[in-house]
Amino acid sequence: MGATFSEKVLGAKAGEVVIVSPDYILSHDNTAAISKKFAQLGVDKVKCPDKIIIILDHVVPASTEKYAQNHKIIREFVEKQGISNFFDIHNGICHQVLSESGFAMPGKLILGADSHTTSYGAFGAFSAGIGRSEVASVWATDKIWLRVPDTIKIELKGSFAKGTFAKDAILKIIGEQGADRANYKALEFCGRAVKDLTLASRLVFANMAAEMGAKNGYFAPDSRTLDFLRQHARADFKPVFSDPDAEFEAVLKYDLSTLDPQVACPHTVDNVKPIAEVEGLKFHQGLIGTCTNGRFEDLKVAADILRDKKIHPAVRVLILPASRKEFLKALRKGIIEVLAEAGCVILNSGCGPCLGAHQGILAPGEIALSTANRNFQGRMGSRDSKIFLASPATVAASAITGEITDPRKYL
Amino acid sequence: MNKGKVWKYGDNVNTDVIFPGKYTYVLMEPEEMAKHALENLDPGFAAQVKAGDIIVAGRNFGCGSSREQAASCLKYAGVQVVIAVSFARIFFRNAINQGLPVIQSEKAVRNISAGEEVEVDFEKGQIKAEKGTFKFPALPDSVLSILKAGGLIEHTKLFIRNVDIDDTSF
Repeated sequence: MGATFSEKVLGAKAGEVVIVSPDYILSHDNTAAISKKFAQLGVDKVKCPDKIIIILDHVVPASTEKYAQNHKIIREFVEKQGISNFFDIHNGICHQVLSESGFAMPGKLILGADSHTTSYGAFGAFSAGIGRSEVASVWATDKIWLRVPDTIKIELKGSFAKGTFAKDAILKIIGEQGADRANYKALEFCGRAVKDLTLASRLVFANMAAEMGAKNGYFAPDSRTLDFLRQHARADFKPVFSDPDAEFEAVLKYDLSTLDPQVACPHTVDNVKPIAEVEGLKFHQGLIGTCTNGRFEDLKVAADILRDKKIHPAVRVLILPASRKEFLKALRKGIIEVLAEAGCVILNSGCGPCLGAHQGILAPGEIALSTANRNFQGRMGSRDSKIFLASPATVAASAITGEITDPRKYL
Repeated sequence: MNKGKVWKYGDNVNTDVIFPGKYTYVLMEPEEMAKHALENLDPGFAAQVKAGDIIVAGRNFGCGSSREQAASCLKYAGVQVVIAVSFARIFFRNAINQGLPVIQSEKAVRNISAGEEVEVDFEKGQIKAEKGTFKFPALPDSVLSILKAGGLIEHTKLFIRNVDIDDTSF
């Protein structure tokens, strides 16, 4: 019997508990709290400073004195510990910055104090979210226990029809399978459709694997992955693949060509409906961006729909690029100009409104239509607000009409 | 363990309703964190919960963000144990690492009602409730040793002081 990707990277069979040393360990604005826990451990220096990646993104630039103090503590910690992989507030959202900076490499073990650390599976890495105390402990010891997950294969075939995208596919999958279907498990995205998926689209799947409960989501590295890494890889790496005779817990099959645009309705990500069932619902705030859907290809599809149009006067639309690099790409191609002309508010890259930290909080009774990954009650502000999740195309088309609208009418 | 009063909730109790994101990146004292426990799910909980109370819930408890405060705010509020049909994996780790015991038992959840008093015995691996006694499997040793130390930070301190500790107990 062969082994799965996860079994190979962790070096044991599914179900076993192993002690491992990660290749990289990520934290963000929570680094201040982690550094306080680290101080309790009674060691002065982190064990492997070069494995530590710190990216400020959650509340950037600082919105209050408290957050400013938080960032200051982190900058002082970085200085004291000699951490070179530090990305200050101007770089972007951690999952995009870590990826575009070439840390997300095939076969690497990456852990992070953020639930969407699953993202790096888009590049063939094993990556999973952990808690703050665990990060402090890994800083001190370079060790952590992990349970080797069983793997669910998700076989994708066909190609996207007009107006549908990776976001629609992953929402459809989560809606059918449930928010806890992959709890404690690994997802392996495979099938004939994968070779045509851009890395940006693979990031959408791997990012949202967390919303199915998955420990990690994985795409086998291919020529797209290797082409990107030829220029960007930070270190040597060795691709790791599941054996053909490995044991999978289940194989789920999806045909991308029959997909309609999908919308996740309040207040859970698995409350997914085809767009026809929610069309016409009025909303107040659109959000296009985040670590899920804030890359160049996402901004471009939004701009293609909003070119020479104005957003509806009853809605406001926020653009939240995934990183400064993605923002610059869009800027140079005139995409940012199109979005600003249409009436969108262009925000600096960061997490702000997605988690209700700042830059676009919802009032009681308000409804948001967002490209983010989570729609939990109260997440973007008031406990009495609602969040619907969709693709950038759906949010852009809906911004024109002021109500949830099928993007195929505008493409 | 002592008897505790049950607070019962449904499936997919997520981290944003347990401990809202707007408090997540502010450094907060334990007493203050306890005041916000379950704020978006049950606004009356924090004021009425008593030390030793027990949360009983459905599937996928603690799903969502990796925020550790979702576990620690419950502990600081006095919750002695969470019993659920299943736990989201990061919450499960966080709870253990914060020294908050978690028990997975669908049978117990189905048979325990809000407001009743139940008794949890970790040595025997059983929950005594009004409708009967429900067994649950013991946690693996590696996980138990963290709980016994009072959480991961205390456990890691022991590890650092004595690196000869068998790796498997880490």
